[in-house]
Amino acid sequence: MTQRLGGLLPPLNAGQIYTTLQRLERDGLVSSEAVPEDGRNKRMYAITEAGRCELERWASTPVPGTRLKDEFFMKLVLVGLGGLVDPKRLIDAQRREYLQSLRDLTEVVRGEGSEILGLLADGAAFRLEADLRWLDLCERRLVQKEER
Amino acid sequence: MTDPILEARGLAKTYSSGGVDVLALRGVDVALAPGEFVAVMGPSGCGKSTLLSLLGGMGRPTAGEVLLAGVRVDQLSETRLALLRRRSIGYVFQFFNLVPTLTVAENVELPVLLAGGSRGQARARREELLALVGIERRDAASPAQLSGGEQQRVAIARALAHRPAVLLADEPTGNLDSASARQVVDVLRHGRGEGQALLLVTHDARVAAAADRVLTMRDGLMVDETRVTPPREVPSLLELEV
Repeated sequence: MTQRLGGLLPPLNAGQIYTTLQRLERDGLVSSEAVPEDGRNKRMYAITEAGRCELERWASTPVPGTRLKDEFFMKLVLVGLGGLVDPKRLIDAQRREYLQSLRDLTEVVRGEGSEILGLLADGAAFRLEADLRWLDLCERRLVQKEER
Repeated sequence: MTDPILEARGLAKTYSSGGVDVLALRGVDVALAPGEFVAVMGPSGCGKSTLLSLLGGMGRPTAGEVLLAGVRVDQLSETRLALLRRRSIGYVFQFFNLVPTLTVAENVELPVLLAGGSRGQARARREELLALVGIERRDAASPAQLSGGEQQRVAIARALAHRPAVLLADEPTGNLDSASARQVVDVLRHGRGEGQALLLVTHDARVAAAADRVLTMRDGLMVDETRVTPPREVPSLLELEV
């Protein structure tokens, strides 16, 4: 995992890894045996046939495509359009945040130089670009309409 | 802020189109410091290209002022304006605008010669710039023999040739794939160390995010400004933070 994902991987907690492996073993998805090494017993885990099936099923299930949950939109509609805060100010602040995130991403890709990380960052950048276009749309449809 | 190298005050431009007045710019203030990189974004028709052409002395404002190094330039005669463009301003277009009948080398040398440089100076500058933009051993090629990304890099070399104080770029990555776009932005930013200011008009948020400031235009007006800071995640860049 560390090899494949490099810097993308959050720090792993060894205890958590063992708890997970024990649960997987309980469910028959992995099996383990004790292998003596340097005078100690090392537990080696291997995936079972059922585990392979489950892994294949999990990987083949597409992840949901629609993401309607949007915290900014909630703020804009409930507070901005509710008249508590100027909605234009909310949109501007959000635009600044997205532009800065885009900048952060480009520099991260440059700094790492890893192809896998670059691909992930490109995906995030495409979504940020879409978010920025959507902010423009929010402004046109909601804010400028109010001004008229 | 240090004294701006380029400044617009209350800039307005009205076009007449079929008997109807179109307000392209409705009073815009912009100031560009030496070495600063500013991007202008906004939907088509918001006036950003008009702003750029007025700043570059390629059109005259209906109202307002343009100042280059503190000197008002919007009312100069055509001849003096042309001279100013050759000396102080570099311009990069979306469609490259290289002279098709000249070779790559001749295109880059031309501004140096026009600004009064010698043949030797022009050749030396051309070699230096084509190496910088990564176009080598194509001196004798005609622009049409190069890819879009390569043509744009030659166009940037040409725009930089006379060491202009200000570089203006109108959608310079509009016709390029994202890898070429990134290269083009890197090359555009190159002159900043020497105090060259860069004003870039773009639709591409990723290009804009490389700037120090991003200005947003809407219906002929500036409506927002974002100061983009170097990211915290990259420690070596922390020194750049002001």
